[in-house]
Amino acid sequence: MIITRRTALIGASTLLAGCDRLNESASFRSLTAQAERANFTIQRSLQDRMALAREFAPEQRSRVFRANGTRLPQGEDYARHAVEKFANWRLKVDGLVARPLSLSMAELRAMPARTQITRHDCVEGWSAIGQWTGAPLKLLLDAAGLKPTARFLVFHCADTMRSGVPYYESIDLIDALHPQTILAWGLNGALLDVAHGAPVRLRVERQLGYKHAKYVERIEAVSDLASVYGGKGGYWEDSTGYEWYAGI
Amino acid sequence: MMDAHPSGMFRHALATRLWHWANAVVVIVMLMSGATISNAHRFLYWGQKGAMPEEAWLRVPRWPGWMTLPSHYDLSSAREWHLAFAWVLAFGLGAYLAASLVNGHVQRDLTLGRAGSHYHTLQKLVYCGLLFGMVPLLIGTGLALSPGMNAAWPWLLDLFGGRQSARTIHFLLAGGMAAFLVGHVALVLVSGPAKLLRGMLWGGEGGQ
Repeated sequence: MIITRRTALIGASTLLAGCDRLNESASFRSLTAQAERANFTIQRSLQDRMALAREFAPEQRSRVFRANGTRLPQGEDYARHAVEKFANWRLKVDGLVARPLSLSMAELRAMPARTQITRHDCVEGWSAIGQWTGAPLKLLLDAAGLKPTARFLVFHCADTMRSGVPYYESIDLIDALHPQTILAWGLNGALLDVAHGAPVRLRVERQLGYKHAKYVERIEAVSDLASVYGGKGGYWEDSTGYEWYAGI
Repeated sequence: MMDAHPSGMFRHALATRLWHWANAVVVIVMLMSGATISNAHRFLYWGQKGAMPEEAWLRVPRWPGWMTLPSHYDLSSAREWHLAFAWVLAFGLGAYLAASLVNGHVQRDLTLGRAGSHYHTLQKLVYCGLLFGMVPLLIGTGLALSPGMNAAWPWLLDLFGGRQSARTIHFLLAGGMAAFLVGHVALVLVSGPAKLLRGMLWGGEGGQ
């Protein structure tokens, strides 16, 4: 058996081209996408619903908390809100709820708050530790009264992405009702700054970074995600094929 | 299981052959999709956290397109490949270990200091290191990168000293796996690839 450099190179490039073709194949990708379903099912069955993400000591916080994604939402509306220090920002809770809410930031900050020092894990691989303060999402949902048909919460954001569509994300009720899932308005003892999602962002501590929607304007309770924007449950899910649950 | 054939050829058990060729695909897919994931953030850290270059202990080179899967930068696709084939790696390891305990491969060929094995001591060390060390640790450190599993099994992360340590160890083990792959193929090429390939394809019976 003689393997020349030439045949090895031809073999290797055929293999590479084959992988790229498989990568573009819808049927093959629907197979690999099953792995996320498996991750979801198995992780959820191993996890206690209330299992908390680790909380750290103040001295373990990152010296600089890296900001990622949108760092400054474009448009006059957001710029005006920033100048007004978000005095006229409203956070709406609507959709499949009995009593839709529209809260000012003062009202949100007056609600019972939870403070937690947690690790933020970006899908790219880095981690930063910061102290977040905010109202548990469960308190807002209890106040609004979720209808029995509600299964997901969609977070509509004020930042518009490259393709002109607004950022959005969604979570299911297990994550929504988790005690560490908060609408954070404070980071490291100060009011949340623009780069990290001012005036309010989601913290959903058992998920990767892109699930933690920033610049949240509206929380919509829905029965399924298919009719929301591209139907896959989030901006990155719709546009680039990131997983809705991911899990790792 | 390996029986000495009159011609001097080895017979590999079916479980060994299946696992070997499944891994030939899985390990290459994992290394190449892993190279894309590495390109997403080319810094490694120790401990719980790390996000900025000044916190890093190592800046990893950017892996060129011929080493990555897909060949262009596409993190979401690479993650999908990596996480799908991770299941094959994990279940393959479990099934192979179970079969090899049943068919006696582990007891006969991999136990150190035991006569009658067809492997040299060095071979045994390498294969045992892979089977009981490197592959389980790759799976464990990979699972430790899951924020959801961190909440469910905090001890797993503690075992590796934090998420960024687990990520670093995962990367170093992948480097070890790549080195093994190169060494393994090179050794096969210099010691009679036709005979060895026949042994690994058909268990040696169709040879000579």
